[in-house]
Order: sequence, then C-alpha cells, then structure tokens
Amino acid sequence: MIAELGHYALVLALGLALVQACVPIIGARRNDPVLMAVAVPTAIAQLCFVAFAFAALIACYVRSDFSVLNVFENSHSAKPLIYKITGVWGNHEGSMLLWVLILSVYGALVALFGNNLPARLRANVLGVQALIAVAFDLFILMTSNPFLRIAQPPLEGRDLNPILQDPGLAIHPPLLYLGYVGLSISFSFAMAALIDGRIDAAWARWVRPWTLLAWMFLTLGIAMGSYWAYYTLGWGGWWFWDPVENASFMPWLAATALLHSALVMEKRDALKVWTILLAILAFSLSLIGTFLVRSGVLTSVHAFATDPMRGVFILAILVLFIGGGLALFALRAPLLKQGGLFAPVSREGALVLNNLFLVSACAAVFVGTLYPLALEAITGEKISVGAPFFNATFVPLFVPLLIAVPFGPLLAWKRGDLLGVAQRLVGAAGVAAIAIAVIFAMEGGGPILVPFAIGLALYVMAGAVTEIVERTGLMKVPFSTAVRRARGMPRSAWGAAIAHFGLGISLLGIIGETQWSVERIAELKPGQSISIRRYDLHFDGTTTRQGPNYRELAAHFTVRRHGELVGVMEPAKHSFPSRGTSTTETALLTRGFAQLYLSLGDPNPDGSVAVRLYYKPLVLLIWLGAVVMVIGGGLSLSDRRLRVGAPKPARARAALAPAE
Amino acid sequence: MSSRISRWLGLVVVVLALAAPLHAFAVQPDEILTDAALETRARSLSRELRCMVCQNQTIDDSDAPLARDLRILVRERLRAGDSDQQVIDFLVARYGEFVLLKPRFSLHTALLWLGPAAVLLIGALGLSLAAYRYRLRARSAVSGPAALSPAEQARLSEILGQDGH
Repeated sequence: MIAELGHYALVLALGLALVQACVPIIGARRNDPVLMAVAVPTAIAQLCFVAFAFAALIACYVRSDFSVLNVFENSHSAKPLIYKITGVWGNHEGSMLLWVLILSVYGALVALFGNNLPARLRANVLGVQALIAVAFDLFILMTSNPFLRIAQPPLEGRDLNPILQDPGLAIHPPLLYLGYVGLSISFSFAMAALIDGRIDAAWARWVRPWTLLAWMFLTLGIAMGSYWAYYTLGWGGWWFWDPVENASFMPWLAATALLHSALVMEKRDALKVWTILLAILAFSLSLIGTFLVRSGVLTSVHAFATDPMRGVFILAILVLFIGGGLALFALRAPLLKQGGLFAPVSREGALVLNNLFLVSACAAVFVGTLYPLALEAITGEKISVGAPFFNATFVPLFVPLLIAVPFGPLLAWKRGDLLGVAQRLVGAAGVAAIAIAVIFAMEGGGPILVPFAIGLALYVMAGAVTEIVERTGLMKVPFSTAVRRARGMPRSAWGAAIAHFGLGISLLGIIGETQWSVERIAELKPGQSISIRRYDLHFDGTTTRQGPNYRELAAHFTVRRHGELVGVMEPAKHSFPSRGTSTTETALLTRGFAQLYLSLGDPNPDGSVAVRLYYKPLVLLIWLGAVVMVIGGGLSLSDRRLRVGAPKPARARAALAPAE
Repeated sequence: MSSRISRWLGLVVVVLALAAPLHAFAVQPDEILTDAALETRARSLSRELRCMVCQNQTIDDSDAPLARDLRILVRERLRAGDSDQQVIDFLVARYGEFVLLKPRFSLHTALLWLGPAAVLLIGALGLSLAAYRYRLRARSAVSGPAALSPAEQARLSEILGQDGH
C-alpha cells in the first residue's frame, strides 16, 4: 500500500508541476498578480508530495518489502539499517527520485524566501523550475519507476552492491545532487531574465547566493567522492579523470566561473549576457553529467543504469533544456544592454580572465570526456582518453589561472594598477621563491617542475594572506586599527580570501601526494615486516570475523617509527555472500597531513598475503583545502548583503524603470 | 545506432562479469623487475596504457588478468632492450590505438587536441576585440560622443519602435 501511495503522490506532484509550469508564466505575461501568485503554494505543495513519495520509498526499504522490484534488486534483509536507507539512492530509480526531491526543495525555498523578488521574476523562475520538474517526474514515472511491484514477491533481496555500502557513499550522492540541482536555480533565473527581457545588478545579487550554495555542495560532494574512491578502490589514487568524475567536475568549473562573473555583474552591472550564458551552460553540464552517469552510456565503477530507452529519454530532456535555453538566449540576449565599462587591467578584467581560463579548462574536460563517445558513435573508431591526456591539456590551462588568482582581489574595480599590485605581491612571490630554493636544495635531482609547483601553491596561499593584510593595513597601521578594519571587512571579502587560500591548500596536497608518494608492494608471511620511509610495519597475522552481512578477513599490522609504537593497521577484505563479491577495506594511519595507506590482496594458500603500502605526504591537504574553500563560500553566503537580498538603491532603480 | 549501443553495452556487461570476481591485485609482487631503473620505466609506461577490458583504468591500476599480461609484456620488452617508444609502438601495432590513454595527434583526434586551445584562442580574440573597443570608446569619451553610425541609427529607431507599442 505504501508503495502505491508513494507512486500516487509522485503523479500528483507531476500534476502540480504542470500547473506551476504554465499558470505563473502566463500570469507574468499578462501582469496578473493572482495567476503569478499560484506559483508559491504549488511549489510548496509539490515539495510535500515529492517528499511523501521519497519517504514512502524509504519505508519500503526499511521494511524490506521485496514485493517492490526496486527494493528487491537493491536491498537485503540482513543489511544494516543505515545502508537500507542509503540504498534508496544507491540505484538509478531511487537516485532520480532524490534528484526530483532536491529540485522541489530548491523550488520551495525560492517560493518561501523569495518575498523580496519582483513578482514577475519569481513567477517566471518558479515556472521554469516546474518545467524541469515536469520533465524529470515524467522520466521517473515512464522509464524509472521505483514503485513497481513484483507479482510473486521473493523472500530475499539481491542486496546493494557492496562497494556502495559505505558511509562515504551514503552522503556523497545527496551532496552532489544538492550541487547539480542547485544550479537549476541559476538556470531558472537566467531563463526568467530572458523571458522578461530585463536584467539588472539586483538580479545578480539574487542569483549569486543560490549559485554559491550549489557550488559549496558541489565542492563538498566532489571532495567526498574523491576521498571515497581513495580509500575504497585500494590503489591509492584519489582522482582518475573517470568520465563519472568529470561529469561532476565540469559543472563545478562552470559554477566557479559563474560565481565570479555574477560578482562583476552585481558590482559593476557588466558582463550580463555572459553571466546568463554561463548560468545556462552550468546547468546544461549538470544535465549532461546526469545523462552520462544515468543513461549507461559509460559503464564505470559508479554507473549502474544500463537501459538505452532511458538514455533516449534523458537525451530528449537535454535537447529540450539545453537547446531551448540556448535558443531563448540567442533570441533575447541582444535585448539585454551592456552596463558598466571597464579597462582591460581592472578587477573586472581579472575576473574575465578567470572566466576565460575556467571555461577553457572546462572545455578540455568536456572534449576529453565526450570525444571518444562521439568518435565511436560516428566512425566506429575506438580511442581512449585518460589521465595522461587531461594532465597534458587541463594542467597548462589551469596554471595561468592560478598565477592570476592573487592579482584579482588586489586590483581596483574599473581601472587597476598592474604594477602596483605586482609590487604588493612581492612578498607572496618571495615566499614561493624561498620554498622553491629550499625544495630544490633538499631534493637535489628529481623532476624540475616539482619545486615550482609547490612554489605556485604557496604563492596562491600567500596571495590570499596578502589580500587580508592589504585590506586591513596590517604592518602599516597600529594593530588595533587593523583588527577593527578586519572586523569591518565584509564577510564576502573574507570568504573570497579564505576560498583562495583553500585552493592553495588543495594544490599543495595534490602536488605533494603525486610527487612524493612512496609505494611498496610485497608478499608477506605472518611475522615478517615491511618498511616505508621511517615506518616499520610488522605483520602479526590474520583473523576472520562475521560482519552483519559479510565475512571479514582482517590482517593485523603493528606500526613502529624508529622502534616506537605509533599504531595498528587492519586492512581487510569483506566478502558478501548475497552478491558473491568482495570489497577491499583499506587501512589508513594519519600522521599529521600524511597518511600510511595499506591495502590487502588475496591471501595465498601458504598463509602469505600480498600487500600494497603507501606513504602519502600532504595527502589530507587535498580534501582539507576543499573544506576550507567551502568555509570561505559559507562566509560569503552569510554576508549581510546577500542575506538581505536586493539593497534599497537597486530596488528604487527597478521601480523607476519604465513600465512596459 | 541503438543496435550499436546495445552491442557495446552487451560487451561491457560481459566484460564486467568476467572482471568482477577476479579481485586480485594491481601490480603483483612477482611481476616487479629486480632492475629498479627498468621497473620505474615500466611503471610510468603502465600509467599511459589502458587496460582494454576495463572502464578507464590503466594497466597499472587494474586487477584484470589482461592488465597483468600487458604489464608482464611491457617488462619483457623493456628487458629485451626496447626504448619506451618502441614498447608503445609494439603495443599499438598489436592492440591498436585504443591502448593509449593519451591518443596520438592525427586527423581524427585534431578536434580533441585542439578543441580546448581553440576555446582559449577564440575567447582571447573576443576579449582583445572588447579591449580595443573599450579604448576607442574611452578616446571618443574624451573628444565627446561620436555621431551614430547608420547601423546604430537603424537599431535605435527599431528599439524606440518596439517601446512604442
């Protein structure tokens, strides 16, 4: 019964979405406040029904109701409760329902907190938002219904893929979807502006917090997924340039560009057309990401849907929204007049440069991800595009961007002084130069690029500090004055500096890990030892245990550094009888920012076992940097200006605009 | 088109079914060469080569038996005195370009290799055009506004006409 109620609630949500997609937009055209006001209650009711449907699916999973096909295929009665719940989005149908749930959450948030939006803008935004909901509701109901029943219910389910039974994977998809779908708000705002043919700086002020929110979730989601891959897959990598990873990385790059261009629009009323285009592109890349992962066009570790029919449906959604969005853009964008002028050397100019390089880097990822598919579809020829390609194309496009990062915030709006900024960055460059010299002296030989890469990372970090020092006048004015100025600094300025600092931290981790990681591969018998850097690992033996739904073979290692006990590591293998598969459970030992990483191969009959051991210096900085970036984003989001929404002057200007 | 996709998907399913239960290990201890310099070359070559039955995995990372065969093959060629390029040429001759994770530049990969640079170039051109226009406008702002060109005049009346109704 619960499944049917959930199914019915979803159908009702579709009906509401249809109403919300038509009535408010018609209302906005006719300037009818009653029709426009329909959007708010429908958006909230839609959330209620979709949430009910989602809760119904969770209930089916928790009760292990195997008469529901989706539960049968992805759950097992012996599975721990937490994975019964997270199993809801560990499969295609459930994850699409989560997608729609998050979409309706965002819609309801705009409806609830959009009181300071002009009525027409809100009506159009919610209308477009509902149009997306219609497409995805239909997609779920027609091709991916999670509520289908089985005529003869089996006694036991097939269980969730063991690799997904992990706390990391429990929260990674919701975070990622909060990011993907959050970009739909930017898209809806862009569409609303195009439908209305009018856009001003206040528009950017409304769009920026939503984009920022989506960007924060996307950053966290990608970092989470990367850490999950790092400790789950067992060969020590944390980024594989896998198409599924690229699918989330492209919207991130576009959203990062959008954040920066919306800033120009908000402050200087410039780059309007470009910002609108970026908003369309960012959401298009989210849709393409969903398509890549969900249509089964790639089958990789993450992707489990393999039904061409679904692929065709998603392709139709892509054509409708990307094609429709770009067509509307082509028709209406010429109506949006350019605003403030700026000199090439200025804060605006730096942000344009940022956009240029981010978009080019995004293009490198896009081409590398889709070109092999396109080539095979057209000519039948198969080529592979992997990490070596991306390292050769993405990295050269990203390095100039990193060099430019500290310049941006120090340049003045409208017309900047490049030489003056360069002088102020001498300190940061000095830090980098010292680091380069020290590393060069320490390493002796080794790849020449490594000291420079580390220097670059430190320069980005020092550049962010320089900005704070410059703005507070630290070193120049009395300390108490500097503190007062630091307090008075807008939170968005703090946020930007902290986010840029986080970027430097991640970069440092990435370079440190890739260049200085040490690996040992060996076959060990109990009683034998293996050493790496200054650590000795003694293999004590193996034990077997029974987990809730798997058997565990764990190996015990005692870790000593210079003879002193520092910890124990227990890498394990879990074998799941329900699916006949096994997972590798890596053991990690954290030492500062470095980690010892130990994973287990299959045990041999003679009692020996193959192990893979890494010492990874600075590795934790990769994800710590991402967290710092998100903290920066959060600070910026809490800025008074964004919380309050449109400031008075902009509203007054909007009111003064001639009525059409 | 759709039959191609389903054939391809079929292949993938078969491959995954074959690869999944063999949860061995990427590089195994018995494969490692005693000559450290050769082994380092073998490892870096392995990271450029694709395990053809896997999804986007290098032979260095992959657990699949084919990857193991390829790793051993690479090491055999290196021990026989091949240069890195000779090893790669040998593998391409045997398995086709599909084995390379960094495709060679040729006519059919031109778009792949030049696409990102083209985006950068077009963007940079557009920007320098905008900067040039800015300089013109800045100059005309000093000498007072220039008269509207005929095209601008037409556009203006078009906009005014639109506002009229």
